[in-house]
Amino acid sequence: MDFSYTETQGMLRDTLARFLADTYDFETRKKMLLRPEGRDPGIWKALATELGILGAPFAEEHGGLGGGALENMIMMEELGKVIAIEPYLQTVVIGGGAMKRAPAAMADAVIPEIIAGNAVLAFAYAEPQGRYDLANIRTTAKADGAGYVLSGHKAVVYATPWATHLLVTARTGGSTRERAGVELFLIDATLPGIVRRDYPTVDGFQASEIYFENVAIPGDAHIPGGIDLIELLVDEATVAVCGEACGISRKLHEGTLDYIKQRKQFGQPIGKFQVLQHRMADMFVEAEQIASMALMGTLKLDLPAAERKAAVSLAKAKVSRSINFVGQNAIQTHGGIGITVELAIGHYFKRATMIENQFGSADFHLGRFEDLTLAD
Amino acid sequence: MHLDFSPEDLAFQQEVRAFIAENYPAELRGKQDEGDELSKEDFLAWHKVLAKKGWVAPAWPVEYGGTGWTATQKYIWSEETARADCIRLMPFGLSMVGPVIYTFGTPEQKAKFLPRILSGEDWWCQGYSEPGSGSDLASLRTKAVRDGDHYIVNGQKTWTTMAQHADWGFFLVRTDPDAKQQEGISFLLIDMKTPGIEVRPIITLGGEHEVNEVWLEDVRVPVEQRVYEENKGWTCAKFLLAHERTGIAGVAASKRGVEKVKSIARTEMDGDKPLIANAFFKRKIAELEMDLTALEFTELRSLAGESAGKGPGPESSLLKIKGSEIQQRLTELTLEAVGHYGAPYFRGFGEGDNEHPIGPDYAHRAAPTYFNTRKTTIYGGSNEIQRNIIAKMVLGL
Repeated sequence: MDFSYTETQGMLRDTLARFLADTYDFETRKKMLLRPEGRDPGIWKALATELGILGAPFAEEHGGLGGGALENMIMMEELGKVIAIEPYLQTVVIGGGAMKRAPAAMADAVIPEIIAGNAVLAFAYAEPQGRYDLANIRTTAKADGAGYVLSGHKAVVYATPWATHLLVTARTGGSTRERAGVELFLIDATLPGIVRRDYPTVDGFQASEIYFENVAIPGDAHIPGGIDLIELLVDEATVAVCGEACGISRKLHEGTLDYIKQRKQFGQPIGKFQVLQHRMADMFVEAEQIASMALMGTLKLDLPAAERKAAVSLAKAKVSRSINFVGQNAIQTHGGIGITVELAIGHYFKRATMIENQFGSADFHLGRFEDLTLAD
Repeated sequence: MHLDFSPEDLAFQQEVRAFIAENYPAELRGKQDEGDELSKEDFLAWHKVLAKKGWVAPAWPVEYGGTGWTATQKYIWSEETARADCIRLMPFGLSMVGPVIYTFGTPEQKAKFLPRILSGEDWWCQGYSEPGSGSDLASLRTKAVRDGDHYIVNGQKTWTTMAQHADWGFFLVRTDPDAKQQEGISFLLIDMKTPGIEVRPIITLGGEHEVNEVWLEDVRVPVEQRVYEENKGWTCAKFLLAHERTGIAGVAASKRGVEKVKSIARTEMDGDKPLIANAFFKRKIAELEMDLTALEFTELRSLAGESAGKGPGPESSLLKIKGSEIQQRLTELTLEAVGHYGAPYFRGFGEGDNEHPIGPDYAHRAAPTYFNTRKTTIYGGSNEIQRNIIAKMVLGL
């Protein structure tokens, strides 16, 4: 067992933190959201070229820095601290994760493009009827000659408006909730027959409803691995979001702490009141546990599937509960100003709230944990 | 950063398992299984086995008798002893006064006391709380007045755990009544056989005699039994409290406790299915495991910080808060799990008394343990005090 970060990991964190401190203050972020594309694409390009850190979790043979899940956690934590609206989760964590397990020809073509900041991937897995069940899939990929034909509706696909590629789950066989027959495909985002309805999300991102209307895709778009691979990718994404939650909850706590030291009522800073001191202590305790669970989940990603899933579910369930507590109490402690768009705190709260249910609510994950470990 | 055990660690784990299997006192195991109250000799039986092996104080520096284990080895040790359901060693010597003596004591004090703590020859108790000062520890009034080479100590301590067995006690006493609260306190080591000391039992809700009142009337204590400077005892007290709080998380023991609750819930029937199939009960177990895992990794992160040169700091309050809450939830869940048979009152086996308790073996300690465990959020600085500490020391409020 070893709980220390390497020097390289420390440098990665510092480099990113410094860059974001210069480029991602709250006012600048607000302006990015108002641009037509809803972001500043120059930031993504700078992460790739100026900082050269989009390769952090990729192998050196693909031009990466040789890291893995821990590097993703570090990146997500720092991006969370500025509530960054960059497609790191979709492109590097999930898309990159898929490419690492993809056939060599696809991996060799796509990974360098991700690292260079040219490729942005979106992950089209959810469907309107499916909630968090990854096998609850109606979208079909019907074999057609050497390729497939995609048909179906994918729900709330983050980062689609910016994407060059779509990573799509679709059924090659089986009935709606069957595990067998669910497969993964990487396709060009501009293929004919892809119909999108784009919209902003409440937490500042851009997303889409995607309708595949008999989209012809090539046979080599298929990434073998089925539902097991998809579950692994979503588990990796889930702990990455726990890392983001860690950064966000620290800022929620820090911002609230600053506020109660300054805000005066009844002739004194409200931080002098014990009821608020204890609330701040409880928020601190929850934020620390988010950090612990993000780390736990990350370090257990390599375990055999059943143990990995149980660990990831415990992590996400706790993170969902804790970030709910930290977020709601941050707003309550700010009082009226907390529910306006004026202060950054409310924007952290909005992303925190979306994280609660992203890749499964606390109840969903406790249920998954129970199914895996608490049989009769 | 990784969670893997090296080949050396795995070999160590096997060594520990084998050692426990071969050397854990059989009589003690029997009494634990029956839910007997443990005597002084029972508590010391395991202590002495470990002392002989040199494994009794893994947390101590090697020069004073520690094991020199790595953080991972210490983790394995606490996991394995909990897994095998070994009793917890009494902390008053090993985890409390021992570290104070090797950190602040004179060479003579170290030479005199440390070997006897390790061997189990001296049983220690903690003279901190007083009837008028619980969480507000620094308001203590027991006073020590200098008389030549001695202090004359007068006052009353309370909640003194296992003082009925103690050979020695470490006491916080007021040596300067005019100084600000925390500045006039000294840390004294007192032989419990000294004339003027009286120990009176306090019986707690589970029926146990665990805590006591200690009355001190004109107790003469040699000055060389003061640790650290006169009126600087608060430094030792704070150091000790921070050490006490890290052990207080009790992660490994709670993991073992979760396994016990699960096993009860697989045995107890709820309709035509075992209790563990009840969705509500199952959810409570899952939530407990979730919070326990969060605590475990918070402790591991904190220990990693420690091994990087930082001592246990005010963040150990976090471990105390969550650890104590989890211990209580465990006992609550156990009591719920045993159903009707939580109610029969079981006195424990006295001398010559071998009447079998009513109900299943796992049931008769459920209620007493639940009652007794209410203490965890109160002792060692109540959880409200821990929140004050976090607010002041960590958050600067």
